[in-house]
Parts: sequence; C-alpha cells; structure tokens
Amino acid sequence: MTDYLIDGGVLADGKKAQVFISGGRIVEIDHVVANPNAVNAVRVDAHGCLILPGFVDIHTHLREPGREDSETVESGSRAAAKGGFTAVSAMANTFPVADTAGVVEQVYALGQAAGLCDVFPIGAVTQGLAGQALAELGAMADSKARVRIFSDDGNCVFDPIVMRRALEYVKKFNGVIAQHAQDPQLTKDAQMNEGFLSSRLGMKGWPSVAEESIIARDVLLADHVQSRLHVCHVTTSGGVDIIRWAKARGIQVSAEVTPHHLLLTEELATSYDPIYKVNPPLRTEKDVMALREGLADGTIDVVATDHAPHSAESKECEWQAAAFGMLGLETAFSIVQATMIDTKMMTWSDLVDRMSTAPALIGGYSDHGHSLRVGSSAHVAIVNPTRAWQVDRDLVASRSKNTPYHGMEFPGSVVATFFRGVPTVLDSKLVRTNNGN
Amino acid sequence: MRHLLSSADLSYAQAVKILDTAQEMARISEGPVKKLPTLRGRTIVNLFFEDSTRTRISFEAAAKRLSADVINFSAKGSSTSKGESLKDTAQTLQAMGADAVILRHSASGAAQRLASSHWTTGSVINAGDGTHEHPTQALLDAFTIRKHLRGGTGDLRGLTVAIVGDILHSRVARSNIHLLNLLGAQVILVAPPTLIPLGAEKWSVQISYDLDAVLPLVDAVMMLRVQQERMNDFFFPTAREYSHYYGLNSDRLKLMKPTSLIMHPGPMNRGLEITAESADSARSVILEQVTNGVSVRMAVLYLLLAGAPNEDGELI
Repeated sequence: MTDYLIDGGVLADGKKAQVFISGGRIVEIDHVVANPNAVNAVRVDAHGCLILPGFVDIHTHLREPGREDSETVESGSRAAAKGGFTAVSAMANTFPVADTAGVVEQVYALGQAAGLCDVFPIGAVTQGLAGQALAELGAMADSKARVRIFSDDGNCVFDPIVMRRALEYVKKFNGVIAQHAQDPQLTKDAQMNEGFLSSRLGMKGWPSVAEESIIARDVLLADHVQSRLHVCHVTTSGGVDIIRWAKARGIQVSAEVTPHHLLLTEELATSYDPIYKVNPPLRTEKDVMALREGLADGTIDVVATDHAPHSAESKECEWQAAAFGMLGLETAFSIVQATMIDTKMMTWSDLVDRMSTAPALIGGYSDHGHSLRVGSSAHVAIVNPTRAWQVDRDLVASRSKNTPYHGMEFPGSVVATFFRGVPTVLDSKLVRTNNGN
Repeated sequence: MRHLLSSADLSYAQAVKILDTAQEMARISEGPVKKLPTLRGRTIVNLFFEDSTRTRISFEAAAKRLSADVINFSAKGSSTSKGESLKDTAQTLQAMGADAVILRHSASGAAQRLASSHWTTGSVINAGDGTHEHPTQALLDAFTIRKHLRGGTGDLRGLTVAIVGDILHSRVARSNIHLLNLLGAQVILVAPPTLIPLGAEKWSVQISYDLDAVLPLVDAVMMLRVQQERMNDFFFPTAREYSHYYGLNSDRLKLMKPTSLIMHPGPMNRGLEITAESADSARSVILEQVTNGVSVRMAVLYLLLAGAPNEDGELI
C-alpha cells in the first residue's frame, strides 16, 4: 500500500499540520512529521486547504437493486467520494425493498466491491415499505451489513402502533428508527409547500403541519418507550421547535437537514421546472433560516443529503408527473460551507461534527467520524474553502443529472478524499482504483 | 408577447388591446362573411390532454374564422398515465410544423413548461392548466362585462365582481382575479372557507363566506362549477347544504341590482350552484359568454400570430 503525506494544510481547529498515512491508517499528525518513512511517501499538496475527517451521509438513495438506470451503488459511491464522503447509508426503497437480510447484505457487498466508500444499508421498518407489518429488523441487524438505522423513507410510518412497536423493538440492538415525517392524508397528491405561492401556482399544497404533527407524535412515542428516534430531512421552523423542545426534555431524538433545504426556497417552483420538485418540498425563507439556526445550535444533529438520482425522463415532463428528488452528494460540502461557515453561523469543527462525527454516531459506524487522530482509519476529506467552482450537470459522477444547482457557483471545493488510506479523489478528480473504477 | 400562459403575465395595455381587438372580431363575426384570410397557411394545433369540447370547439371556430388550418390532437390522460409524454407529443407536432399550440392539460404549469422548453418553437396558448389558469376564459369574461356595463370600451374601473364557489380548484377564478384587478374592478371571492385557497387574502380581493351579504353589492356574479369529486373530499357536508348557502336561486336573484350580470364559465350543474331560473333569467349572459369566447380567441390568435411586432419583437 502506498504511503501518503498530506502537506501544507490546516486541521479543523486551525492548526497547521502534516498528516502521514500508512497502511490505511493515520500514523502521525505533526507540525513536521518525524516518521522516517514519510520521506518516501507520495506528497499531497494541501496548501490553502483544511484536512478534515471523511464525511458521513446517513441518507442517500443509491437505487440498486432495481433502478440501475438512475444510479448504482458504484456510481453513487463515486459521487460520494467526489463529495468528500467516506461512508454513506443507502435507503431501503429499492426494488426489491431492502427489508430482508438478503437484500441488505447484497447492497453492503456491492459497496465493498466498489471500494470507494463504506456503503451501510438502511433496513426497511415495514415489509415492502407498506407501513403494516414489521420487517425482520433483527435479522438485518445481525446480518453482515449490521444494520442499525431503519427507515421506510419515501413513506411515513404512519400507523402509531407500528411506529411504537418499531421503536421498542430496535432497543434490542441499539437501533434507531429514521422517520420520514409526512402525514399521508394531509399530503395526498401534494406538490409543493402549501402557502400563498402554491395557491397562486395552482399546485396542491404540502402543509408544514403534515410534517410537524408526525414529529410531535414520534418524539412523544420515543419518550414513552425510551427509544431512539431520528427525524429525516426536517424542513419547517415548527419542526425545529418541536425537536428543540424534545431535546430539552431529554428525549433521545436526532435530526437531519438536507443541503437543499438549507439553501433553496419554494420560490423556485414558479418556474414549474420539476428539477426543484423534492420530497419534502422546498419551504420558505423563514424555514431556511430556522433550519440554519437549528443546525448551528445543535438542535439538528447532522447534514444528510437525501441524494435522490432520477433518470432524465422522470424530470423532463410537467411538474405534477415528475419524480420527487434531487442529487446531493457532490455539492453537500460546498453548500454547508456557503450557508453555515461563510455566514459565520458555524465553525469548521462544527461542520466536522454535523457531517462526520454525529452521523457516524447515529449509525453506529465505529470506523468513521473520528476527529483525525493517530491510529484511526485514514478517512480524510481535504477541502479548499477558497477554490470556487461552478456546478455542471454534465460533469457529475452520479449516473443521473438531476442537480438543481446547474450553473451555480459555490465558494469551496472538495480537493481530495482518502478512504481507508487510499485516495479516491485527488485534485478534485476521481482516482482510478485497482478494480478499474 | 409570444405566448399566452397566464393572465398574470398581461400588462394593462396588452389586456385592453386584446379586448379592443376582440371587439373588432365580434363585428366581423356579426357580418355576412364571418371569415378573415389573416392566418391562411398557418397551422394551429388544439392539443388537449383533458376533455373539454367547449373550449376546443371555441378555439377551433376562432382559428377557422381566421382561415388557419386546425389540427385537433386529443391525448387524453397520456402523460400521467405513462403513455406518450408532453415532450414527445410536442416534438411530434413541432415536426409537423405547428405555428401555435393551444394546450389544455390537467397539470398546473404545463403550458409554461411547454413554452419554456425546446420542445416546440410555436406560440403556446394556455387553454387551461390544472388548477392554475385559463386566461382566455378570463378575457372573454372581461369582454362580456365590458360590453354590457362599459359600452364595449376602456376598462372595468368602478365595477364590483363576485366569484362564487370552488375558488381553490378553479383556474377560471385565478385568471379572473388577476385580470379583473388589472382592469380596475373590485373582486370579492365568495365560498365556504374550505374552498378559499390558503393565503388568498394576499391577492387584492375581498373574501366573504356570505353570498347573501355580497349579492346586493355586485355588478356581476360569476358562479363556478362545483365538481362532483369535491363531494367526497370533505369540502362541504352535502350538495344540498352547499346549494343552500352558495347556490344562485330565485330568492337570491332578488337581492341583486337590476343591472347586474349572471355569469358562468360552463358547463353548469343546474340545481347545484345555479338554478334554472337564474341561468335562464334575463340578466344571465351565460350563452353570450360562449359567443364572446370565439371573438376573444380570434383576437388572441390574431395578435400572437399575425400582428406586426414592436421594437422588442413582441406582437402584443
């Protein structure tokens, strides 16, 4: 295995340091590395860059098995690597659904075979995501994939009895239920945030209360059965308030926000361009500000992308007929920098917490999320906060092109990513690895 | 203006120009020779993803009176039922050389989507998109009111118009709110609270739940059709109760000023939102709305396809 010496960069706390990587591990971090083997190492220039632990994304859709036309575990892993991620969780809404040990083991194995990041499958809460009968949660937890996060994402676990039982059952193996908080009755055929704009555009509204009422119910259930709840993609200021209240009461709840909900608002729907159609929908400026504050003060624990690739034909149509979802992995870091760091709402250490440490903890991914320290696996993201770049949908690593950021410029870039001591990205470009990727 | 997608896009001058042009078209339609050679050799496609015989034949009559070739393309249900998509259909018509596409679609924003795509280069006229807009209906309504209450010229300043019924799902209401405001009329929306869109107070309108209180104030009342499917979605308890509070019946007729007009975009549910006495009363202009629809659509086609462009390359 090649050794690497990352030279000229600074750590999240602002200290200048060289990082020496050997045998897949971080061997030394020092102002000047003393290890004699470092002289023979490949030098990676990190001048003007920050050296951060690899990012962890607990909410992606990699579409395999079933929709390999829009993404595969391998192409999604490439997108992840380009975004500085060394671990991603793959949601269960595949075809077949990841509701058995067999499917989660298959997804896990595909991730290992791609070898660009760890792919941790998320198991379905209910069989076929139908919301009625629990999937074999124990079998998925005990499988080679060691599933700890369970979610029917895309669907809400709406029946309160099913939700209660799921929360109780996963206590056996310290699992967590990641809820897609969306009352299906209040959002039947809903297209965009409900408000004056949806009224003007004549689109069926998606009221905030449809999200908030489920969050409120579920934090109370989690409290009642003393289990762990994770709230996927919070989008409303009211949702942030409920989670803040629950945390103050000591309820075991964690929450995530997506980069797009930190940046974009419902105004984009006035174009009727379904590239902006996403579930949950883009909300108002007030919600965006509340989400940023929630992320800054720790009410929202993590940034998760909800990376949702879709084929061209799913978006080249009228809004109502289009699929929900947008790409997220390759732009996540840049958006968090733009919305949270450049606005002085968070420090780089906060960013490391929200994009690496906290998500790894929620998923129980013990090999990830450590602040850079000697002896740990070398999962590293090197970012240049002053290297601006323009998003080009034709240059994405993902198999789909449904990025809402095409043509937008962001202030900072991911320069390099190391996964277990092997570079997957150098100079912002994917590295060809041994298995031909 | 290359397309007519929304009455919210119209300027005051454009709106008045369309109405004035429609007036000319009406004069021609009343004459012995109802046909103009203006659009000879031009191809206009009626692209209807949703059934609407009335709107389709109105556009067809308008196009034919301007001597255009008309192709009717009925693609009911295709797009959302995963048949032929809007894109493929539009590109097919483009390949056949359509100069204008008149689009009726169940999805809000479909006309704007088509106009901003590269799927067709022709003018796009919105003939109703989901629950968003139906601009030519608003134009023919304004034309009808202007003719009766303003001598067929100018705007609608000083008039009060009530729009009654299912505002929430009505593209006719949305288009009318924008256009009536633009032309200076005061708009009152009347409906049960369940059928008033969220945030409607931000439109420059008054909102009332009480039809009896509003009727004495208005110069025109537009009754909206209540779709059967709303019955099953808890918007109001029963058809009978809806009729009781919001139906235009003979008792309510007496509350109106003698000069005020009764309008309905059709098709009517007689006995539900409007009774036969009201629909067939002397102040009803419902059939005339149909006649005026042809003149207004002739005006729109004429201005979009045959007018002389201004310095910005715009026709209206």
